[in-house]
Amino acid sequence: MAALGAPLRTFRALLRELRHAAGRSYRDTPAYRHVLAAFRAHRVTSEKLCRAQQELHFQAATYLCLLRSVREHEALHREYHGKGERSPQEVAGLVGFRLPQQPGGKG
Amino acid sequence: LWWAHCSPARLPRPPPIPAGSCPVEPCGRRAYAPPAERKRFYQNVSISQGEGGFEINLDHRKLKTPQAKIFTVPSEALAIAVATEWDSQKDTIKFYTMHLTTLCNTALDNPTQRNKTQLIRAAVKFLETDTVCYRVEEPPALAELQKNEWDPVVSWAEKRYNVTIGSSTSILGPNIPASTKETFISHLASYNMWALQGIEFVITQLKSLILSMSLIDRHITVEKAVLLSRLEEEYQIRRWGSVEWAHDYDLCELRARTAAGTLFVHLCSESSTVKHKLLQD
Repeated sequence: MAALGAPLRTFRALLRELRHAAGRSYRDTPAYRHVLAAFRAHRVTSEKLCRAQQELHFQAATYLCLLRSVREHEALHREYHGKGERSPQEVAGLVGFRLPQQPGGKG
Repeated sequence: LWWAHCSPARLPRPPPIPAGSCPVEPCGRRAYAPPAERKRFYQNVSISQGEGGFEINLDHRKLKTPQAKIFTVPSEALAIAVATEWDSQKDTIKFYTMHLTTLCNTALDNPTQRNKTQLIRAAVKFLETDTVCYRVEEPPALAELQKNEWDPVVSWAEKRYNVTIGSSTSILGPNIPASTKETFISHLASYNMWALQGIEFVITQLKSLILSMSLIDRHITVEKAVLLSRLEEEYQIRRWGSVEWAHDYDLCELRARTAAGTLFVHLCSESSTVKHKLLQD
Protein backbone atom coordinates (compact mmCIF):
# COMPACT_ATOMS: atom_id res chain seq x y z
CA MET A 1 0.00 0.00 0.00
CA ALA A 2 1.30 3.45 -0.88
CA ALA A 3 2.75 5.69 1.81
CA LEU A 4 -0.09 8.19 2.23
CA GLY A 5 0.25 9.70 5.68
CA ALA A 6 -2.66 10.69 7.85
CA PRO A 7 -6.15 10.58 6.28
CA LEU A 8 -7.13 13.73 8.15
CA ARG A 9 -4.37 15.68 6.46
CA THR A 10 -5.47 14.51 3.01
CA PHE A 11 -9.09 15.28 3.88
CA ARG A 12 -8.33 18.83 5.00
CA ALA A 13 -6.09 19.54 2.00
CA LEU A 14 -8.78 18.20 -0.31
CA LEU A 15 -11.42 20.46 1.20
CA ARG A 16 -9.03 23.37 0.84
CA GLU A 17 -8.53 22.62 -2.85
CA LEU A 18 -12.28 22.38 -3.37
CA ARG A 19 -12.64 25.77 -1.72
CA HIS A 20 -10.05 27.23 -4.12
CA ALA A 21 -11.90 25.77 -7.07
CA ALA A 22 -15.41 26.73 -6.05
CA GLY A 23 -15.10 30.07 -4.28
CA ARG A 24 -17.58 31.31 -1.71
CA SER A 25 -20.32 28.72 -2.05
CA TYR A 26 -18.02 25.70 -1.84
CA ARG A 27 -20.10 24.06 0.86
CA ASP A 28 -23.05 23.71 -1.49
CA THR A 29 -21.12 21.98 -4.22
CA PRO A 30 -21.80 18.28 -4.82
CA ALA A 31 -18.07 17.55 -4.64
CA TYR A 32 -17.78 18.94 -1.12
CA ARG A 33 -20.83 17.03 0.07
CA HIS A 34 -19.61 13.82 -1.56
CA VAL A 35 -16.13 14.03 0.00
CA LEU A 36 -17.59 14.81 3.42
CA ALA A 37 -20.07 11.94 3.20
CA ALA A 38 -17.43 9.49 1.96
CA PHE A 39 -15.00 10.28 4.76
CA ARG A 40 -17.71 10.14 7.40
CA ALA A 41 -19.03 6.82 6.13
CA HIS A 42 -15.62 5.18 6.37
CA ARG A 43 -14.65 6.61 9.70
CA VAL A 44 -16.25 4.00 11.86
CA THR A 45 -14.42 0.73 11.49
CA SER A 46 -13.14 -1.77 13.95
CA GLU A 47 -10.31 -2.96 11.73
CA LYS A 48 -7.01 -1.17 11.69
CA LEU A 49 -6.33 -2.18 8.10
CA CYS A 50 -9.71 -1.64 6.54
CA ARG A 51 -9.24 -2.12 2.80
CA ALA A 52 -12.15 0.10 1.79
CA GLN A 53 -10.78 2.85 4.00
CA GLN A 54 -7.35 2.59 2.38
CA GLU A 55 -8.90 2.60 -1.09
CA LEU A 56 -10.89 5.71 -0.23
CA HIS A 57 -7.82 7.41 1.16
CA PHE A 58 -5.85 6.59 -1.98
CA GLN A 59 -8.67 7.93 -4.14
CA ALA A 60 -8.84 11.10 -2.06
CA ALA A 61 -5.08 11.57 -2.30
CA THR A 62 -5.22 11.07 -6.07
CA TYR A 63 -8.05 13.58 -6.45
CA LEU A 64 -6.13 16.02 -4.25
CA CYS A 65 -3.09 15.60 -6.50
CA LEU A 66 -5.28 16.25 -9.54
CA LEU A 67 -6.84 19.44 -8.17
CA ARG A 68 -3.54 20.76 -6.88
CA SER A 69 -1.60 20.02 -10.07
CA VAL A 70 -4.27 21.55 -12.30
CA ARG A 71 -4.26 24.71 -10.19
CA GLU A 72 -0.46 24.96 -10.21
CA HIS A 73 -0.28 24.17 -13.92
CA GLU A 74 -2.82 26.88 -14.72
CA ALA A 75 -0.91 29.39 -12.58
CA LEU A 76 2.35 28.57 -14.34
CA HIS A 77 0.63 28.76 -17.71
CA ARG A 78 -0.80 32.20 -16.90
CA GLU A 79 2.57 33.36 -15.64
CA TYR A 80 4.81 32.13 -18.42
CA HIS A 81 2.83 31.09 -21.45
CA GLY A 82 -0.43 32.98 -21.41
CA LYS A 83 0.70 36.54 -21.94
CA GLY A 84 0.73 36.67 -25.70
CA GLU A 85 3.05 38.79 -27.75
CA ARG A 86 4.80 41.91 -26.58
CA SER A 87 4.03 45.21 -28.31
CA PRO A 88 6.81 46.92 -30.35
CA GLN A 89 7.14 49.46 -27.50
CA GLU A 90 7.76 46.71 -24.96
CA VAL A 91 10.26 44.95 -27.19
CA ALA A 92 12.21 48.17 -27.67
CA GLY A 93 12.04 48.77 -23.94
CA LEU A 94 13.67 45.37 -23.28
CA VAL A 95 16.97 46.64 -24.62
CA GLY A 96 16.50 50.18 -23.39
CA PHE A 97 15.37 51.82 -26.60
CA ARG A 98 12.33 53.92 -27.25
CA LEU A 99 10.49 54.03 -30.51
CA PRO A 100 10.87 57.34 -32.38
CA GLN A 101 7.89 59.69 -32.30
CA GLN A 102 7.39 60.88 -35.86
CA PRO A 103 4.97 63.77 -36.29
CA GLY A 104 2.61 62.92 -39.11
CA GLY A 105 3.12 59.16 -38.78
CA LYS A 106 5.71 56.90 -40.39
CA GLY A 107 7.15 58.05 -43.68
CA LEU B 1 -0.34 36.20 -34.15
CA TRP B 2 -1.50 32.62 -33.93
CA TRP B 3 1.55 31.25 -32.16
CA ALA B 4 1.12 33.60 -29.25
CA HIS B 5 -2.01 31.72 -28.35
CA CYS B 6 -0.48 28.28 -28.57
CA SER B 7 0.25 26.53 -25.31
CA PRO B 8 3.16 24.06 -25.51
CA ALA B 9 1.69 21.06 -27.19
CA ARG B 10 2.23 17.73 -25.47
CA LEU B 11 1.07 14.77 -27.56
CA PRO B 12 -1.69 13.76 -28.15
CA ARG B 13 -3.10 17.23 -27.41
CA PRO B 14 -3.10 19.49 -30.52
CA PRO B 15 -2.11 23.18 -30.18
CA PRO B 16 -5.09 25.46 -29.51
CA ILE B 17 -6.61 27.63 -32.21
CA PRO B 18 -8.00 31.04 -31.19
CA ALA B 19 -11.76 31.14 -31.76
CA GLY B 20 -12.60 33.02 -34.95
CA SER B 21 -9.61 35.32 -35.26
CA CYS B 22 -7.36 33.14 -37.38
CA PRO B 23 -8.12 32.96 -41.13
CA VAL B 24 -5.64 30.17 -41.80
CA GLU B 25 -5.26 27.03 -39.64
CA PRO B 26 -1.51 26.57 -39.50
CA CYS B 27 -1.68 24.03 -36.70
CA GLY B 28 -3.16 21.40 -39.01
CA ARG B 29 -6.38 20.79 -37.15
CA ARG B 30 -7.14 17.10 -36.77
CA ALA B 31 -10.65 15.76 -37.19
CA TYR B 32 -11.14 15.17 -33.45
CA ALA B 33 -9.71 18.43 -32.05
CA PRO B 34 -12.09 20.57 -29.96
CA PRO B 35 -11.27 24.28 -29.49
CA ALA B 36 -8.95 25.10 -26.61
CA GLU B 37 -10.74 28.08 -25.03
CA ARG B 38 -14.17 29.64 -25.16
CA LYS B 39 -16.14 31.84 -22.81
CA ARG B 40 -18.08 30.30 -19.96
CA PHE B 41 -21.65 30.30 -21.22
CA TYR B 42 -23.42 28.70 -18.27
CA GLN B 43 -24.22 29.67 -14.70
CA ASN B 44 -24.98 26.41 -12.97
CA VAL B 45 -23.62 22.91 -13.30
CA SER B 46 -25.73 20.04 -12.02
CA ILE B 47 -25.91 16.28 -12.24
CA SER B 48 -28.91 14.18 -13.15
CA GLN B 49 -29.44 10.47 -13.44
CA GLY B 50 -30.50 9.20 -16.86
CA GLU B 51 -31.06 5.74 -18.26
CA GLY B 52 -27.45 4.89 -19.05
CA GLY B 53 -25.91 6.58 -16.05
CA PHE B 54 -25.22 10.06 -14.75
CA GLU B 55 -25.42 13.15 -16.96
CA ILE B 56 -24.08 16.67 -16.60
CA ASN B 57 -26.29 19.72 -17.10
CA LEU B 58 -24.90 23.15 -17.91
CA ASP B 59 -27.84 25.35 -16.90
CA HIS B 60 -30.69 23.52 -18.64
CA ARG B 61 -28.59 22.05 -21.45
CA LYS B 62 -27.28 18.50 -21.37
CA LEU B 63 -23.55 18.21 -21.86
CA LYS B 64 -22.58 16.37 -25.03
CA THR B 65 -19.38 14.77 -26.30
CA PRO B 66 -17.47 16.16 -29.32
CA GLN B 67 -19.30 13.58 -31.44
CA ALA B 68 -22.63 14.93 -30.13
CA LYS B 69 -23.53 11.94 -27.96
CA ILE B 70 -25.11 12.65 -24.59
CA PHE B 71 -22.37 12.73 -21.96
CA THR B 72 -23.18 9.80 -19.67
CA VAL B 73 -20.89 8.26 -17.07
CA PRO B 74 -21.42 5.07 -15.06
CA SER B 75 -20.19 6.38 -11.73
CA GLU B 76 -21.74 9.15 -9.63
CA ALA B 77 -18.40 10.12 -8.11
CA LEU B 78 -16.96 10.52 -11.61
CA ALA B 79 -19.93 12.68 -12.62
CA ILE B 80 -19.40 14.87 -9.56
CA ALA B 81 -15.71 15.26 -10.37
CA VAL B 82 -16.52 16.20 -13.99
CA ALA B 83 -19.16 18.67 -12.81
CA THR B 84 -16.55 20.20 -10.50
CA GLU B 85 -14.19 20.62 -13.46
CA TRP B 86 -16.89 22.49 -15.37
CA ASP B 87 -17.89 24.56 -12.36
CA SER B 88 -14.34 25.63 -11.58
CA GLN B 89 -13.92 27.30 -14.96
CA LYS B 90 -13.89 31.07 -14.52
CA ASP B 91 -14.34 33.50 -17.45
CA THR B 92 -13.05 31.13 -20.11
CA ILE B 93 -13.37 27.37 -20.35
CA LYS B 94 -9.89 25.94 -20.46
CA PHE B 95 -10.36 22.53 -22.02
CA TYR B 96 -6.71 21.62 -21.55
CA THR B 97 -7.20 21.59 -17.77
CA MET B 98 -10.27 19.36 -17.87
CA HIS B 99 -8.62 16.00 -17.94
CA LEU B 100 -11.48 13.91 -16.54
CA THR B 101 -13.91 15.40 -19.07
CA THR B 102 -11.48 14.58 -21.87
CA LEU B 103 -11.07 11.01 -20.65
CA CYS B 104 -14.84 10.52 -20.47
CA ASN B 105 -15.23 11.95 -23.97
CA THR B 106 -12.59 9.54 -25.25
CA ALA B 107 -14.30 6.60 -23.57
CA LEU B 108 -17.72 7.59 -24.94
CA ASP B 109 -16.65 8.44 -28.49
CA ASN B 110 -13.70 6.08 -28.91
CA PRO B 111 -12.30 8.28 -31.69
CA THR B 112 -9.41 5.95 -32.45
CA GLN B 113 -12.00 3.18 -32.83
CA ARG B 114 -10.00 0.56 -31.02
CA ASN B 115 -11.60 -2.48 -29.47
CA LYS B 116 -10.60 -4.05 -26.16
CA THR B 117 -7.98 -6.37 -27.70
CA GLN B 118 -6.30 -3.53 -29.56
CA LEU B 119 -6.20 -1.35 -26.45
CA ILE B 120 -4.65 -4.14 -24.39
CA ARG B 121 -2.13 -4.87 -27.12
CA ALA B 122 -1.14 -1.17 -27.26
CA ALA B 123 -0.74 -1.13 -23.48
CA VAL B 124 1.36 -4.29 -23.22
CA LYS B 125 3.51 -3.19 -26.17
CA PHE B 126 4.85 -0.45 -23.91
CA LEU B 127 6.53 -3.10 -21.79
CA GLU B 128 9.17 -3.61 -24.49
CA THR B 129 10.26 0.01 -24.06
CA ASP B 130 9.34 0.43 -20.44
CA THR B 131 11.13 3.36 -18.80
CA VAL B 132 12.09 1.48 -15.66
CA CYS B 133 13.70 -1.30 -17.67
CA TYR B 134 15.91 1.00 -19.70
CA ARG B 135 19.09 1.65 -17.75
CA VAL B 136 22.12 3.82 -18.42
CA GLU B 137 25.70 2.95 -17.66
CA GLU B 138 26.93 6.51 -17.48
CA PRO B 139 27.02 8.70 -15.42
CA PRO B 140 27.51 6.25 -12.52
CA ALA B 141 25.49 8.43 -10.15
CA LEU B 142 22.45 8.20 -12.43
CA ALA B 143 22.96 4.46 -12.95
CA GLU B 144 23.04 4.04 -9.18
CA LEU B 145 19.92 6.18 -8.75
CA GLN B 146 18.08 4.12 -11.35
CA LYS B 147 19.10 0.92 -9.61
CA ASN B 148 17.98 2.15 -6.19
CA GLU B 149 14.71 3.67 -7.32
CA TRP B 150 13.57 1.41 -10.16
CA ASP B 151 14.73 -2.03 -9.02
CA PRO B 152 12.21 -2.18 -6.15
CA VAL B 153 9.31 -1.38 -8.50
CA VAL B 154 10.41 -3.99 -11.05
CA SER B 155 10.76 -6.67 -8.39
CA TRP B 156 7.40 -5.69 -6.93
CA ALA B 157 5.81 -6.19 -10.36
CA GLU B 158 7.63 -9.49 -10.86
CA LYS B 159 6.42 -10.77 -7.50
CA ARG B 160 2.88 -9.42 -7.77
CA TYR B 161 2.26 -10.81 -11.23
CA ASN B 162 4.59 -13.81 -10.98
CA VAL B 163 6.55 -12.87 -14.11
CA THR B 164 10.10 -12.21 -15.27
CA ILE B 165 10.89 -8.72 -16.51
CA GLY B 166 14.44 -7.70 -15.73
CA SER B 167 16.20 -4.62 -17.01
CA SER B 168 18.75 -3.83 -19.68
CA THR B 169 21.46 -1.33 -20.55
CA SER B 170 21.46 -2.23 -24.24
CA ILE B 171 19.79 -0.03 -26.83
CA LEU B 172 17.42 -2.85 -27.72
CA GLY B 173 15.92 -2.91 -24.27
CA PRO B 174 14.96 -5.84 -22.09
CA ASN B 175 13.99 -9.19 -23.50
CA ILE B 176 10.44 -9.71 -22.25
CA PRO B 177 9.37 -13.37 -22.34
CA ALA B 178 6.10 -14.16 -24.11
CA SER B 179 4.66 -15.62 -20.89
CA THR B 180 5.11 -12.24 -19.16
CA LYS B 181 3.20 -10.51 -21.94
CA GLU B 182 0.47 -13.14 -21.76
CA THR B 183 0.09 -12.61 -18.02
CA PHE B 184 -0.35 -8.87 -18.44
CA ILE B 185 -2.72 -9.34 -21.36
CA SER B 186 -4.99 -11.59 -19.34
CA HIS B 187 -4.76 -9.30 -16.29
CA LEU B 188 -5.75 -6.25 -18.32
CA ALA B 189 -8.61 -8.19 -19.90
CA SER B 190 -10.30 -8.21 -16.49
CA TYR B 191 -10.86 -4.43 -16.74
CA ASN B 192 -13.82 -2.97 -18.61
CA MET B 193 -13.49 -0.80 -21.71
CA TRP B 194 -13.66 2.51 -19.85
CA ALA B 195 -11.03 1.53 -17.31
CA LEU B 196 -8.80 0.29 -20.14
CA GLN B 197 -8.94 3.66 -21.87
CA GLY B 198 -7.76 5.15 -18.60
CA ILE B 199 -5.00 2.58 -18.15
CA GLU B 200 -3.70 3.10 -21.68
CA PHE B 201 -3.73 6.86 -21.06
CA VAL B 202 -1.70 6.55 -17.86
CA ILE B 203 0.81 4.26 -19.56
CA THR B 204 1.23 6.76 -22.40
CA GLN B 205 1.83 9.58 -19.93
CA LEU B 206 4.27 7.73 -17.66
CA LYS B 207 5.92 5.88 -20.56
CA SER B 208 5.89 2.77 -18.42
CA LEU B 209 3.55 -0.18 -18.00
CA ILE B 210 5.18 -1.21 -14.74
CA LEU B 211 4.82 2.21 -13.12
CA SER B 212 1.20 2.39 -14.29
CA MET B 213 0.29 -1.00 -12.83
CA SER B 214 2.13 -0.09 -9.66
CA LEU B 215 0.01 3.05 -9.44
CA ILE B 216 -3.28 1.37 -10.30
CA ASP B 217 -2.62 -1.38 -7.75
CA ARG B 218 -2.13 1.44 -5.21
CA HIS B 219 1.44 0.38 -4.49
CA ILE B 220 2.77 3.93 -5.08
CA THR B 221 1.22 7.40 -5.12
CA VAL B 222 0.78 9.57 -8.21
CA GLU B 223 3.56 11.89 -7.08
CA LYS B 224 5.93 8.96 -6.64
CA ALA B 225 5.01 7.44 -10.00
CA VAL B 226 5.62 10.75 -11.75
CA LEU B 227 8.93 11.15 -9.93
CA LEU B 228 10.05 7.69 -10.99
CA SER B 229 8.94 8.33 -14.56
CA ARG B 230 10.96 11.55 -14.66
CA LEU B 231 13.93 10.15 -12.75
CA GLU B 232 16.60 11.28 -15.18
CA GLU B 233 15.06 14.74 -15.43
CA GLU B 234 14.99 15.03 -11.66
CA TYR B 235 18.62 13.96 -11.54
CA GLN B 236 19.59 16.65 -14.04
CA ILE B 237 17.47 19.23 -12.22
CA ARG B 238 19.24 18.44 -8.96
CA ARG B 239 22.55 18.96 -10.72
CA TRP B 240 21.82 21.95 -12.90
CA GLY B 241 18.80 23.59 -11.32
CA SER B 242 15.14 23.79 -12.18
CA VAL B 243 13.68 26.01 -14.89
CA GLU B 244 10.22 26.86 -13.60
CA TRP B 245 8.53 27.60 -16.89
CA ALA B 246 9.65 24.27 -18.33
CA HIS B 247 10.38 21.76 -15.56
CA ASP B 248 7.70 22.71 -13.07
CA TYR B 249 5.25 23.27 -15.89
CA ASP B 250 5.83 19.78 -17.30
CA LEU B 251 5.81 18.27 -13.82
CA CYS B 252 2.44 19.80 -12.94
CA GLU B 253 0.95 18.78 -16.26
CA LEU B 254 2.18 15.21 -15.96
CA ARG B 255 0.91 14.95 -12.39
CA ALA B 256 -2.48 16.32 -13.40
CA ARG B 257 -2.87 13.92 -16.30
CA THR B 258 -1.62 10.89 -14.37
CA ALA B 259 -3.83 11.68 -11.39
CA ALA B 260 -6.83 12.11 -13.70
CA GLY B 261 -6.10 8.83 -15.46
CA THR B 262 -5.66 6.91 -12.21
CA LEU B 263 -8.81 8.34 -10.65
CA PHE B 264 -10.69 7.59 -13.85
CA VAL B 265 -9.59 3.94 -13.80
CA HIS B 266 -10.55 3.47 -10.16
CA LEU B 267 -13.93 5.18 -10.50
CA CYS B 268 -14.77 3.16 -13.61
CA SER B 269 -13.80 -0.20 -12.17
CA GLU B 270 -15.09 0.02 -8.61
CA SER B 271 -18.33 -1.17 -7.18
CA SER B 272 -18.91 0.77 -4.02
CA THR B 273 -20.62 -1.39 -1.47
CA VAL B 274 -20.15 -0.41 2.11
CA LYS B 275 -20.24 -3.50 4.23
CA HIS B 276 -21.79 -2.74 7.55
CA LYS B 277 -20.35 -4.95 10.22
CA LEU B 278 -22.52 -5.76 13.15
CA LEU B 279 -21.39 -3.77 16.15
CA GLN B 280 -21.08 -6.10 19.07
CA ASP B 281 -20.96 -4.01 22.20
